[in-house]
Amino acid sequence: MLAGKVALVTGAGKGIGCQIAKTLAAYGATVILNYAHSEDAAKEAMNEIIQAGGKAGVYGCNVADFKAVEEMIKSLAKEYGSIDILVNNAGITKDNLTMVMKEEEFDAVIDTNLKGAFNCMRHVTRQMLRQKSGHIINISSIVGLTGNAGQINYSASKAGVIAMTKSLAKEIGSKGITVNAVAPGFIDTDMTRVLKEDVRAKLLEQIPLARLGQVEDIAETVAFLASEKASYITGQVISVDGGMYA
Amino acid sequence: MLEKITQLLADQIKVDPATIKPDTNLKDDLGVDSLDIFEFIMACEEEFDVEIDTEEVANFTTLAEVEKYLEGMVQG
Repeated sequence: MLAGKVALVTGAGKGIGCQIAKTLAAYGATVILNYAHSEDAAKEAMNEIIQAGGKAGVYGCNVADFKAVEEMIKSLAKEYGSIDILVNNAGITKDNLTMVMKEEEFDAVIDTNLKGAFNCMRHVTRQMLRQKSGHIINISSIVGLTGNAGQINYSASKAGVIAMTKSLAKEIGSKGITVNAVAPGFIDTDMTRVLKEDVRAKLLEQIPLARLGQVEDIAETVAFLASEKASYITGQVISVDGGMYA
Repeated sequence: MLEKITQLLADQIKVDPATIKPDTNLKDDLGVDSLDIFEFIMACEEEFDVEIDTEEVANFTTLAEVEKYLEGMVQG
């Protein structure tokens, strides 16, 4: 489905990003796993992909750094010849109640989640315009649609990602480039595994499909949006949340 | 160079190159939008093997300006 395509996945060392990288590679894409801090995990995932017969590389760079992202995109375009798929997945949380949230907690989340996605789109669009094709998939979140107590920074960043998705889709749709967002609900990752049993039970009550999502659920949706099968879809937010936002 | 970039622009916006003069205003006279200028500039980059600062692109209003800029880069 993605043979011959080159995909850059940010924040691909762990969790959802790591599975997205593996799934895109399984569908035939050459995948570059970007990481900021999880070098060992990213390299391990790269090796797993290669051992499974796929093609992969890694690139360390903090997406919040405008210049570093510029350098990453230029360097990858030169090495691989094209960047056909960009998945803006890199994200952090620094949860706190609004009245006690530190300025740096707000800024850090916005810098990585919102500006990081902007930085990557800012630089990759030049390459994609040259190619006259490309698919950008931004990982938002259900809380970007609903808001969430204790996550004013994270929710704002994820709502911002949706607005950027729609804006860029309108800007470059005529050039054959699609931009979409995926909004995961509660996904079974390290972050949700630490939840207490009663919190988990309450969460499940809110999910019509009565289970947490798996990283594969997100990765398969991303792979679809990155493929030609989704060539008439742009500017959309696909909720993958078991029906939570329905 | 002027002949070449005129042809590149004509190809980009699909008009007869004869209708484009060096001082024709790209936006006002030809109706070229920002994205068209971007793509045209990228075609120039490939043709002349140079790299143009993204922020410079917005300043170009005529082909004469583009030519002057490119000549500076190619010689520089």
